[in-house]
Order: sequence, then structure tokens, then C-alpha cells
Amino acid sequence: MVNVSDSKNYKVIGTNPIRHDGYDKVTGRAVYGADIKLPGLIWASIVRSPHAHAVLKSVDTSAAEKVDGVFAVMTGKDLPHLADSWIDHGEGTENVAWSSENIMATKKVLYKGHAVAAVAAKDRYVADYAASKIKVEYEELESVTNVEDATKEGAPILLEDLVGDHIGKKVEKTNIASVTRHEFGDPDKAFQDAEHVVERTFTLQMVHQGYIEPHNATATWDEEGRVKVWTSTQGAFPVRTSTAAILDMDVSKVKVTPLEIGGGFGGKIPIYLEPVCATLSKKSGRPVKAVMERSNVFQASGPAPGGTITVKMGTDKNGKLIAADTSIKLEAGGFPGAAVGAAVQCIFAPYEIANTRIDGYDIVVNKPKSAAYRAPGSPQAAFATETVVNELADLHGMDPVDFRLLNASKEGTRRADGVVFPVIGNEEVLDAAKASDHWKSELGTPMKGRIRGRGVASGYWFNVGLKSTVNLTVNTDGVVALVEGSTDIGGTRTSISMQAAEILGIPATDFRPTVGDTETAGYADVTGGSRTTYATGFAAVKAAENLIEVLKERCSIIWSLDKQDIDFENGTFFATKDPELKFTFKQLAANLDSTGGPAASSGSVDLESAGGAFGTHIVDLDVDPDTGKTDIVRYTAVQDVGTVIYPAYCRGNIQGGVVQGIGWGLNEEYFMKDDGSQANTSYLDYRMPTALDMPNIDVIMVEKPNPGHPFGVRGVGEVPICPPIAAIGDALHDALGKRFYDAPMKPGRILNVLGKISD
Amino acid sequence: MQPFAYSAPTTLEEAVEILDKHGEKARPLAGGTDLLVQIRGGRFDLDTVVDIKKIPELNEISNGNDELVLGAAVPCHKLYDDPSISKSYPGLIDAATLIGSIQIQSRSGFGGNLCNSTPSADGIAPLIVHSAVANIQGKSGSRSVPVEDFCTGPGSNVLGKGEMLVSITMPNKGDKFGAAYERFIPRNEMDIAVAAVGASIMLDSNGKIAEAKIALASVGPTPIFATKASESLKGKEPNEAAFKEAASIAKSECSPIEDMRGTADQRKHLVEVLTERMLIKSLERIGG
Ligand SMILES: Cc1cc2nc3c(=O)[nH]c(=O)nc-3n(C[C@H](O)[C@H](O)[C@H](O)COP(=O)(O)OP(=O)(O)OC[C@H]3O[C@@H](n4cnc5c(N)ncnc54)[C@H](O)[C@@H]3O)c2cc1C
Repeated sequence: MVNVSDSKNYKVIGTNPIRHDGYDKVTGRAVYGADIKLPGLIWASIVRSPHAHAVLKSVDTSAAEKVDGVFAVMTGKDLPHLADSWIDHGEGTENVAWSSENIMATKKVLYKGHAVAAVAAKDRYVADYAASKIKVEYEELESVTNVEDATKEGAPILLEDLVGDHIGKKVEKTNIASVTRHEFGDPDKAFQDAEHVVERTFTLQMVHQGYIEPHNATATWDEEGRVKVWTSTQGAFPVRTSTAAILDMDVSKVKVTPLEIGGGFGGKIPIYLEPVCATLSKKSGRPVKAVMERSNVFQASGPAPGGTITVKMGTDKNGKLIAADTSIKLEAGGFPGAAVGAAVQCIFAPYEIANTRIDGYDIVVNKPKSAAYRAPGSPQAAFATETVVNELADLHGMDPVDFRLLNASKEGTRRADGVVFPVIGNEEVLDAAKASDHWKSELGTPMKGRIRGRGVASGYWFNVGLKSTVNLTVNTDGVVALVEGSTDIGGTRTSISMQAAEILGIPATDFRPTVGDTETAGYADVTGGSRTTYATGFAAVKAAENLIEVLKERCSIIWSLDKQDIDFENGTFFATKDPELKFTFKQLAANLDSTGGPAASSGSVDLESAGGAFGTHIVDLDVDPDTGKTDIVRYTAVQDVGTVIYPAYCRGNIQGGVVQGIGWGLNEEYFMKDDGSQANTSYLDYRMPTALDMPNIDVIMVEKPNPGHPFGVRGVGEVPICPPIAAIGDALHDALGKRFYDAPMKPGRILNVLGKISD
Repeated sequence: MQPFAYSAPTTLEEAVEILDKHGEKARPLAGGTDLLVQIRGGRFDLDTVVDIKKIPELNEISNGNDELVLGAAVPCHKLYDDPSISKSYPGLIDAATLIGSIQIQSRSGFGGNLCNSTPSADGIAPLIVHSAVANIQGKSGSRSVPVEDFCTGPGSNVLGKGEMLVSITMPNKGDKFGAAYERFIPRNEMDIAVAAVGASIMLDSNGKIAEAKIALASVGPTPIFATKASESLKGKEPNEAAFKEAASIAKSECSPIEDMRGTADQRKHLVEVLTERMLIKSLERIGG
């Protein structure tokens, strides 16, 4: 295997080649999920609940069936509806009965927008019209849309058959699906000995990933009983697993072809439309396509949970953290499964604290079933911890970066959930932040009428490993076809090819990488958990190493030598005993036909863990104390990135995470009405930052190679969304002298905290 | 969305005829940046869309010494592309440059903005502070209505069956006049005003305020002409005390609702802050 210490001699790793998907994307030729057209295609329209919580009394589809141009109509009763059973996606498990109810309700609707029926018709307008003719009878129930209301005495119960697991105790008739506890040391005693203790309660609202491409699926159910699906997804294989489970068929009966994807950020792991299109196809005999409207993407896909987090931390007289306690209550949406398990692992991860208690609550509420969103649970957790850490640094009169360095977790630090850190880059990141131009610079003059403030915060994400496969074929012109099963959200075709290219000693541009369907590619888990460049890249390294063995074999045929007398270095195959006998990769490729044709190889991994990564962010902002308007004027993200494979991607990925974090911190939220519905279901009023709201975001990449990967790769994509919310709150405090405990820190909230307007 | 017919008359008479015949089932199409979105969203169920851009009167833009006549279909960019208009009608330019984006400004204009009649319309408050009048044509004749009296509620206005807006006229108030418009949005573009204020000031030969106008948006069922605040400035020195008093009166002249975009209290507070700012800016623009 390649030795990490060779890093400075890389030829491909660390360069910025033209990305393989680049031409198609900039010229508009790339085929996205909704672009697929099949002969005889018809369109689906989905009927959704107008109520946040109601019993589904009856669904009458007769009028819709009579509409001219309608081919098929379905309700939730047309899905098989299995008893509770669990499937494992590697990253998270899924209860099939709940997933099926989420895709189409049969008993109750649990959030506004919950699907109850669907129509397939000759075009989407006829489908929409016919859908409007379906009569649904509801018995409305009181709704609860936040964790406080859902856990009050007498709160309406969402799932009658849910049995909560409250630290091992079985509880019926509850909206709290689970309570977990991790305890380490004796926090109660340590707090008594503490010099300073700060305890705060934070609230956050549900937010959406905000990918530009809406959910879509196209499916056929053929006469052989096979289902074919075309969709944009973070994982073709997980879509296959989920679709097969919900339709109660073997996985090999389902084939999923992933198309280009316009953003996912975790939200395109669950499925919503595939079993519906397949069922409508079964009934109509036609291919059926569905594309969600934006308002439905907001109301009926998988946003990130809001919730309430209490954090209490204590220090000794030197500013050393000695105790921490937290309760993290996150809203799962209509079915259990908030990102609380991950939040629990991240909440105190940047710190070494001897006495810690972490309680996590997974709470169902009448909102869409939450899904992963970039470092799921960690940004919420970081807002709470990092704000308290900044307050403690203040109490000790310490520089907040120095305070973090004093308390930084490092190799060997044990987290409360039991993990002992391997080699991590937390301290190196803090050192780099401290040494950065930004941290050392003066604040500068604010815009007219504004006050400038600077803030800092850290964040952590553990990253995941899981299963990946890469297959290589050498063409006779020396170009390598690479087939992988990880869907490519952010340029991973190139970052994976580059790793194989480095091993084979050829340029990345000599690769033709393809994301295969579930019948051409080897198995791969989701593109999530920042795992693709790490794990699928690892598989590519293995495939390349295997390919070298195959190619040595071919040399041995051509040269009539024993394989062990053939070696490979710097892209050249040569006979160890005869310097005259050598082939460049390309020369050998040209000779393959006489030795059995194109050469092929495969590489697979199943990685238990990945190197976690840390970030520390510095932000300067200008706030208008009379209007509450905030503009970010300077931003620096420092991050531990392992070995950088493709610097431009790495920087872009970090900048993208920062932008999303800034949106979360400043304006983004599901604004809930009293009737339990979301008021702001368009990008006009769901206030994601625009290009004009963003400064240039400086990125400092700290390379601390991950010993668990041949090139030292760490996941990069999720950490950068963790620190911004707290960093913004800290900068507002610097400017205005007030701490913020509720996100988003929108203009009205700022005016309210300043006492200028009522709540 | 259901299929509809498209007609593009070339005379006012024809257009009014079609509108009158179809009543509620037909609507004029200027830039279409509101109308098409609304049709798609199911707000109107139309059988005819009447494209008015081929009617000469609606494309007129004439900037005389005494007044500006703006055809109802003239898009925003035509205003800021003309330096003589920018000089005399600065409040209008503030709005023309912030509505939507370059794409939107290339298609849509003040006519559509006024006829759409939303409380948050960015075009209407500036028209009010420029003392604009709406010129309307119906089957039985024409009439003119001051812009402050044009809107009657969210999305509704004085236009009767078969009536349409032909043009908007504004007086040129000369060198001693300044105006400004600003909206408050949490982001820097692509947002709807949480609250917005337009103001104008005309000074007399002694440097006192001869006339002032303050108009508010997004803080009531229609854009509001804040008459008391405007009157309070008459005859005063244009100074901080006078502006602060007017701002405080303007605050009491609005009746905002609370919704996802902001609370009522926040909106009132913003009216006060923005009124003072817009009066200062109007004053700065005089002779500038
Ligand atoms: C992306 C985007 C951003 C936007 N941003 C803003 C913004 O920042 N600020 C803002 O105020 N608005 C904004 N709008 C709304 C819209 O662009 C403006 O209201 C614009 O001024 C409308 O002009 P139009 O010519 O496109 O009107 P149209 O859509 O053609 O017409 C608007 C309405 O008026 C009626 N109408 C048009 N002309 C006449 C007439 N002559 N007589 C009678 N009725 C008529 C139409 O039937 C329709 O009901 C935005 C819209 C979009 C799509």
C-alpha cells in the first residue's frame, strides 16, 4: 500500500484536473432525474393532506378515475403494508412499515403535505386536475409542531403503536420515541467543584437542505414482474433496498439507474416517489414519472430537525473544562428518527472533559419526517456548546481560541459515548486559526450605520466508512474505464479516478468514470457521511493495485518471464533482470489484445470507521442596530481535511457548507402557522442566502493525514456546516453585547434582544 | 394550469373591447412577471390573456419639462437607462433598480406593479411621493385617479369591468426637489419588503419645506400615503427634529399584520427608522 509519508511526491493527488462531468454540466447536456423520457411516459400527481394531524377516514377516487386522460389511480392501500421490519442502510436503519406510511398514509396523516393518493395521467396538468377530484375525508386532530408541545402532559399522541425506549424503560402512549444517555465520570460532583458554570437553553427551527433539484422518480413495472427506477439520489443501492422492501419484493427484481443529481446534502437518501410511480406503472402498464413541486419538497421531504438543547459546562480556576451536561431534544417529524444519535456523538467532541453526561431525545411532531442534512445533528449541537464555550472563555478573560486549545480533544481523548479518538487534527486547526491573517487582523471600519463584530466557533463530524466497490477496465488506447456505484453529488467521479490514477501513474484525464446502475456497478452504500472520496476512493486504490497485478501477468505473457520478475514503478512496467524490457502503461495497453484482450480488475472495501474532522471558523459581520440587518463581511473556515485530493473541490465543499450554515444562522427556518402548517413554502419566503449575501469565504486547509486511508483522506463535506451558527452568534455578541440563544438570528430577533421591539 | 387563449390587440379600443367582453375571465399581460406566476399558482382561472405590449400608448415614455408620462407597459430598465429621468424622478429609480433582478426589470414595469396592487409593491410608494396620477381607459371613456387612491385592498384596485391602465403621469418638481425609496429585507435581493418607505421633499426659496410626501408599503392592506406625517413637515426647517417627529407620526399611520415576514411591532419600528432615513436621503438629493 502507498505510504502516507510519500505525500509530497504525488503527481495526481493535490492537482485540479478538469472534472469529468464538467463539460456536460456547463453545456447543459447532463441528464438529471427529471430529464428522463421513455416511450409512452405518463405523469403522476400526488394528493396531499391539507391538515397537520388527522385520521384518514376515507379516500374516494371514483371521480378522478373518470377524468379523460387518466390511466391509473392509487391510494396507500395499494402498497403491500408490512408489519414492522427494519432494514439497515449502513448509515441509519429504517422501519419499513413507517416508511411505507410516510410514502402514502393509510391510517393517519401526520403532517401537512403527507401523501394520501396519486393519479397517473397523460400529462401533468391532467394529472393535477384529476388529483383535485379525489375526495378525502379527514377527522382533524390537534397538532403539535415542536418538542415542547409534543412532550407536554396531555399532548396528542401521533403514533398509537409507538413504544418508546426511555433509557431502557418501555413507555407507551408517548411522542418520545427514545431517550439515550451517555455518562462518563461524575458530572454532578464536578460541577460542585467548578469555578465557573454556565447553563443555557437553545432553540432551533426546522430547516431544509435547499437543494435546487426537486425530488423525482420515473418507474416501470414490467410483465416479468421487474421494477425499473430512474431517479436522482444519493444512493442507487439504498433506493433499491427501500423500494424492494416497501413493494415487498426481492432486491434483484428492482433495478435503479441513478441520473445526475442537483444537490442532496442528506435529503436525497430517503425515497418518496419510487414505490408510487412503480405501483401506478403496474396499474397502467406505462412508465410513470413524478416530480415534486417546490412547496411539496418543503412540506413532504426530509428537512433537518429543530429542537431544544440545554448545555451546562463547568471549568476549574485555570479555565480547564471539568464537567459538561446536556439534554438534546430534536424533532423527528411524523415518524421517529431525528439525528439525535449523531448529535450525541458530536456535541462535546472538540473538548476533553473528564465528567460528561449526554441525554438525547428523539421526539415525533406533526412535521415532515426529518432526514439527514450535512453533519446531521451536529450544527444544532455546536450552536449550543460553542456559545457556552465562548461565554466561559469570557468569564476567564481568555482568548476564545486559546481557551479551546487548552481544552482541545486530541489523540487518546475519550468521548462520553465511548469512542477514543485516533489521530485527529483539532489542535492543528486551532493553531492555524490562531495564526491566520483573519484572527490577527484589526476589525476594520464597519459600513455606515453598522456595528462590526467578530466571532469564532468550532465543530466536528465523525464521517463514515461503509461499503464501496470500483471496477476498472483498461482499453487498448490506454484509457481506463472506471465504474463505481457511489452517486456523484460533488465531483467524486474525479476524486475517485485521481486516486486510481496516482497508483497507476497515469493522468486523471485518462479515466472515463461512470456511476453505474445497480446491475452494472459493484455494491456501494450511500453518498453520505462524507464517505465517497474516502471509501470509494479506497476501493479505487485497491482496484488499481489489483490491476497492476493483472497487468504484470500480461507482461509476463508478452516477455515470457515469471510474474515475480516484473515490477511496476512510476507508471512503467519493467523486467527486474533486463532493463531493455519495459512498457509504459499506454504501450502495454496497446499490446493487451494479444494477451487476452482488455484487462479488468475490481476493488472493494467495507470500512468500519473513518477519520473524524474538525473545523474552526472566524466571522466578521456588520449589524444595523436599528433594523437588525446583518451582513457577513469576512469569513475564514479552517478545517482539518486529511490529505487534499482535489484542492478546488475541497475548498468549494467547505465554502458550500459555510453558506448553508450562514443561512441557518441568519434567516432560514420553517415558519409554522397555528394550524400546524408551514407558512413559507417557497424560496421567496424561505430565506436562503443569495449570492449577494455572501462574502468571499477564505478556506485554510490543514492537512493531517488519516492513517486509516492509503493517501490519508478524511471526509470534508460535512464539518463546515457545524460552526457557522455559533460563530455568527458570537460575532453578534461582540457587536451588540448580547448573547443569542435562539436561531435563526433574524432581524426581528436581533431587535427584540436589543429591547427595541416586542417578541 | 388550464389552457387559455392569447390575444395581442394593437389599439386601446380593441383591448378594452376584449377585456369588457370576457370580464373576470380575461386579464391584461404587461411584463407578465406577476400574471404568469399567478395563473400557474391557480389564483386566476382565465380563458383569455390580453397582451397589451403591442398598443403604442402603453409603450410611451415622454419626459417633458413639466411632466413624465409613463406608458403602462414600459419596463423598469427604460427608466434608469435615461439620465434625464434619473435626475428628476430619483424615487422612481430607487424602485426600478431594486424590483426583482435585471431579468425582471427588463420585462416588468410600474404599470403592472400598480395594477397588481399588492401592499408590498415596490413601485407604488415611490409613485405616491412623486405625486403620480393613473390614467385609466374604459369602454365608456377615460378617467384619472391619484395613485394613492388607486389601490383598495390587497390585490384589488379601482379598475372596473373592462377598464385598464394606460399610463402614469408625474409632475416635474424642479431643482428644489428630492425623493428616495427603500425597503427593508433581511437578505440583499429576491425578497419581499418587510416594510418600506418612500419620501420626497420640495424646498421653498428660504430653504424651508414647501411640500413633503411620505408613503409606506407592506404595513397595511394597501400602500399608504402617510398624510399626517407628510403635513407635519410643511413650513419646517428640514432638520433632524422635524424628520424624527414625522417618522414617529408615520409609525402611527400604519396598520401592519404579523406574518412569516415580520411582526407588527417590527414593521412599525422599521417604518420609523426608514422614514427618517428616507427624509435625510431626499434632502441630500436636492440639487445633487
Ligand atoms: C423573481 C421575481 C422577483 C420580483 N421582485 C419584485 C420586487 O422586488 N418588488 C416588487 O414590487 N415586485 C416584484 N416582483 C413582482 C413583479 O415583477 C412586479 O410587480 C412587476 O412590476 C409587475 O409588472 P409586470 O409588467 O410584469 O406585470 P404583469 O404580471 O404583466 O401584470 C401584473 C398584474 O396587473 C395586471 N395588469 C398589467 N397591466 C395592466 C394594465 N395596463 N391595466 C390593468 N391591469 C394590468 C395584470 O393582469 C396582472 O394582474 C417580482 C416578481 C418575480 C417573478
